[in-house]
Order: sequence, then structure tokens, then C-alpha cells
Amino acid sequence: MTKSLALTRRQFIQSAFASAIVARYGIGALHAEEPITVGFLYVGAKDDYGYNQSHAESAKIIGELPYVRLIEEERVPETVEVQKSMQSMIELDGAKVLFPTSYGYYDPHVLAVAEQYPDVTFFHCGGLYEEGQPANVGTYWATVDQAQYVSGVTAAHMTKTGKFGMVSAVPIPDILRAVNSFLLGARTVRPDATMQIIYTGDWNVPVKEAEAVNSLADQGIDVVGCEVDSPKVIVETADKRGLYSCGVYASQAGLGAEGFLVSAIPTWAPICQYFLDKSIAKEPFEHTIIGGMAEGYVGNSEFGPAVSDEAKAAAMAAAEGLKSGTTKIYQGPLKDNEGNVRIADGESYSYGDPFIDGIDWLVEGVTGSSSI
Amino acid sequence: MESSLTELGWLTVPLAVLSGAIRVGTPFLFVSLGECLTERSGRINISLEGTLVMGAMTGYGTAYLTGSPWLGVLAAACAGALLGGMHSLLCSRPGVDHIAAGIALMLFATGIAFFFGKPLIQPRAPQLPDLPLGFWSDLNVVQANLRINPLFVIGVLVAPVMWWAFNNTRWGLYLRTVGDSAEAARALGLGVNGTRAMATMIGGFFAGIGGAFLSLSYPGIWNEGLSSGQGLMAVVLVIFARWHPVRCLWAALLFGGASALAPALQSVGISSGYHLITAAPYLLTLILMIVTSSPERSLRGAPAELALNRTD
Repeated sequence: MTKSLALTRRQFIQSAFASAIVARYGIGALHAEEPITVGFLYVGAKDDYGYNQSHAESAKIIGELPYVRLIEEERVPETVEVQKSMQSMIELDGAKVLFPTSYGYYDPHVLAVAEQYPDVTFFHCGGLYEEGQPANVGTYWATVDQAQYVSGVTAAHMTKTGKFGMVSAVPIPDILRAVNSFLLGARTVRPDATMQIIYTGDWNVPVKEAEAVNSLADQGIDVVGCEVDSPKVIVETADKRGLYSCGVYASQAGLGAEGFLVSAIPTWAPICQYFLDKSIAKEPFEHTIIGGMAEGYVGNSEFGPAVSDEAKAAAMAAAEGLKSGTTKIYQGPLKDNEGNVRIADGESYSYGDPFIDGIDWLVEGVTGSSSI
Repeated sequence: MESSLTELGWLTVPLAVLSGAIRVGTPFLFVSLGECLTERSGRINISLEGTLVMGAMTGYGTAYLTGSPWLGVLAAACAGALLGGMHSLLCSRPGVDHIAAGIALMLFATGIAFFFGKPLIQPRAPQLPDLPLGFWSDLNVVQANLRINPLFVIGVLVAPVMWWAFNNTRWGLYLRTVGDSAEAARALGLGVNGTRAMATMIGGFFAGIGGAFLSLSYPGIWNEGLSSGQGLMAVVLVIFARWHPVRCLWAALLFGGASALAPALQSVGISSGYHLITAAPYLLTLILMIVTSSPERSLRGAPAELALNRTD
């Protein structure tokens, strides 16, 4: 008796499931206006005043489109966990377009899941696509260091000592370029400016970041820039020590720090929009989209209360120069901090040139090493 | 100010290490004092990492909502005691593995803290005031580095008091008896579970205060990466200090100073050996354990009931 009851219950559940699936996919597929499900995955909290927030802001813009149903997951580690999260977004939520936003998601995780689901498109932030990788994968990146150049110009107008510090996570090319660009921008105003770099070893280690700001303050540095996931603690600690600070990825103006100058921020939404439109139209897309100031993917936040009008004007002029292409950040003569000539007199490089992507050295005036 | 800074030169490194040892070491101090007390009763509480995170979140949230950072410290301590109570409740059942229960509780507390801490990432909570102990100096650097948090002073006072209480009070004797031989304690008519529960709750209370220091003083924010394993390091630190509260103080300062050394050296342009410096305290702990270990007896100073595979 019990047995037959259990069987009928199981059969009932099975048929209920089957009809639910038909309702979900069979009939749903007939309606073209059903929204497309787009998933965003973040490595940290999406309101971190930093990297993840920059992506969450673009996700919000995408999510407001009438034909998009947005799903998001935070704190997804760069391990096999991200594969599980992507699979569940596809299998359970019916996601058709995924934006895994952290650098370490790409190889092997995004690549592995992309091969399993050829009808889903994956757009990874990091600019890592290589020829021969799955056709349903795209990648994007923004050259945030151009905006760090503008921050450098701003900082150079505000500094008294001419000594800058940069709290950085790890020595990877993007960070080295951010350090270089910041100092090169500053040196257009203060040719004697110097830069001290401190690595914390990881992307979100608040205690080490605060400690780094304190050590920089002890050395008479009066402007601190940063290249970490969440600059909140750096901006606040700098404020406690009476230093100026420049942020990155999101605007830290909302923190109310008196010494906050300006932040270098990427705008991912136009890139996401491009990839989304191509996916919906089922058209082939550019596999790699990398852009900066000229494309409108990079800019600076509003200025903090301390910034003088003169500094604002100079910063905006620098930004204009980068947008129009008249200003070149990397032009000769330029030496690295070990005395080697890297760019000869009269030469210059534009963004998009492989030379710029391959910068793994620090410019003259930076104290610190390009590896730890 | 500028000229005096240059005069100080590389002297800022020892100064930064000293003040960094205090700033970074304070959470280590509180968690290790709590763990020391708990382990002396013969129970290991590995969940203090979760307690630290929970304390940080509770403290920050309470300070933000009430406007009083000291109420935040109190709330964090109470949350820690509550988690300690949960741990002792789990461990008081026969056959429960202390380590497994601790890991489960650590994950639970971290998860709960992240869940309730979600809306606290962006707001700024009022911070604990510092004591300006550098008032005697004209140098800005000295003044800034000698701004000491009162919680550190409290921790420094608690360490010798705890050591004294272990050796000179009836309660301390009970605690050590329970920790060294549960059978003997039972023969004396002492309640083993009750004593351990008390020790675990007070241990959690201290660890909660350590968490409040993280979110309300240094670095003074709440986010999910705040602790980055400091609670677990503090458990290691108790072994390093060989279950002696005053040695916990020195060990906390040593571990804190080691964390401050890498950025301080980089700020004067020395960046080699970064990873080695960061790993130094752990290397030291491992060496200490190897040197003092013996097949005949347990680690010197270790409570005899504190076997890692105990299940009762």
C-alpha cells in the first residue's frame, strides 16, 4: 500500500515537472518578446566602492533594458566555484549571456564552461582572448591607466612635497602601467615628482592596505593613489593621516573624505551593450574589445572638495588631450627606473600598440620593483 | 616638518614596525587571549576566526545604528560570547569532535556576518577615539604613530591579570585542573562541562572585542575581506606562546610587527624578500613546534586534555 502510494506520488511529481518544463521552454520559446536572461558574476561585494561596483553599475544599466532579465552573484571565488555558478545560472535560470567579471575566472573556468554550452555567450573582463579559443567567448578591458594619468596631473597641482605613493595589489602589467601613467602625468606639472610603490600581495586585504598608507605617510608622501579592488580603506586611512588620495574603479567622493582628489574609473556598460546586442541578434562579434578615453570607456570621477580650480582645469585639459589623441602618455625620451632607455627621443606610442600592452617596467622616478 | 622628516630617514622603519605591531597586533592579542583561556580549559575553539568576523560586523553595525562605538564594542563582545556558548553547547555532547564543530561554527558565523553585513559595506560608522601618546614630540610622524587605541591598553592589562588569575585564584586552579585532567577534576567534584563552557564563552567575548577593533579602529571599515584569516593566525599564535597569556602579548606584537615590516621596508625602497618576511612568523611557529616536540610528552606548556583528536 505504502509502496504504491510512493510510486503514484513520484509519478505525479514527474509529470508536474514535465509540464512545468514544457511551460517554461516550449511555450516560452514561442514568445519572442520574452526577456533574455543575462548573468553577472563578481569576485567580491558589488557595493565595494571599487572594481566590483564598477561592474555592478554597468549591470544595473543593462538590467534596466526592457528585454533583459538580470541575475547577479557576488563573492564568487576564482576557483571551480565559478564554473558551478555559471552552470547553475545557465541550467536553473536559463541565462543566455554571461559576464564573468573577474580576471582569474577566464582560464580554465570560462573556457571550460563555454565549450559545454555553445549556445550561451560568455564575455569576460580582462582582455585575455586568444585565437582558437571558443567562438562563443569574448573579452574586454579598459585602459584605466589613462585616467590615472589625469589623476597624476591633478595630484601634482595639489602636492606640497612632490612625493606620491601607490598602494598596489600585485605587480602585473596593468598595475605597472597605472603607476607609470600616474607619475608621467604628475611630471608634466612637477618634473621633480617621485613615486613610491607598495605591494600588498592581494586584491582585498584591508589591514595591509591601511598599513601601507601609514608607511607612506611616514615617508613624507602627501598623495596616495591605489590599484586595489576596494579603495575605501585607503582613502579613509589617508584622510586620517591628513594625506590627499586618488581612487580607482569607482568614485570614492561619497565617503566624505576631505583629502579625496579624484578617481580613475572605467565605464563598462557600452561594451556590455555591444556584446549583448550581438548575442541577441546571433551575429558574430569582435572577440576582444579594449578601449580607453577615446572610446569613452575610461574617465575620471567628480573632483573632491579640496581640488583647486587650477588643478581641475589642468586635469580636464589633460583628459581632452588624451581623448583627442594629441597627448601621448608614452613618448621619448623615457628611461625606466633602472636607467635603461625604453623609448628613444622622438618616438611615441599610442594605446592599442603591443608596446603599451607589454610594459613590464617602471618609469624613472618610481621607487620600487616591477616584481616581488 | 619636512626637514625633520628627512632627518628621521630610515628611523621611520623601526617606528613604523613598532606602531604597526600595536595596530595590527591588537586583534591578534584579543583573539589569542581568548583562545589561550579556552585551551587552558582543555578545549580548542578554532571557530574564533568566525567570531572575529562576527564581532567586526556586529560592532560596526551597532556603532553605525546607535552612533556609539563603545556600544559597538560591547555588542561585538556579547556576540562573541554567544558564539562561544554555541561552541560549548556543541562540544558538551559526547562524541563531538572539537575541531569539526569549530570549523562548522566558523563557517556559520562568517556566513551570518556576511549576510547581515551586506548593507554595512558602504556606510561609515563612528570610530573609537585614540589616545595621543605622542604628544611630547613635535614630529608629526611620531605623533601619528603613537596614537594608541584604548583597546590595546586594555589588552595589555588583561594579559598579566589573566596569567596571575591562572596561578593565584581558585577559579584559575579549577580551570587548569579541568584542562590538565578531566578525571581528576571530576574526582574533585568540579563540573568539567560547566567550567569549559565558561572559558569558551569568555574566550569568545575577547575574540569579539578583537573583531570590533578591526572594524571600529584599524583599519576601521567593514568588508568581507576584513579578517583575511587573522583569527586562524591567532590560534597558531597561542601555540607559539605556549599557552601563556603574557607570552601571547609578545607573540601578538611579533606577528603584528611582521605584518608591518613588509610595507615599511617597501616604503624606503626595499622590496626584496617580501614573501619571506610575510611568512616569517609561521616559519618560526613551525620551527618552534618541531624543536620542542617529543614523542614522550606533549608540547611543553600544553594543557594535557588538549589533544587534537579528543572527542569527548
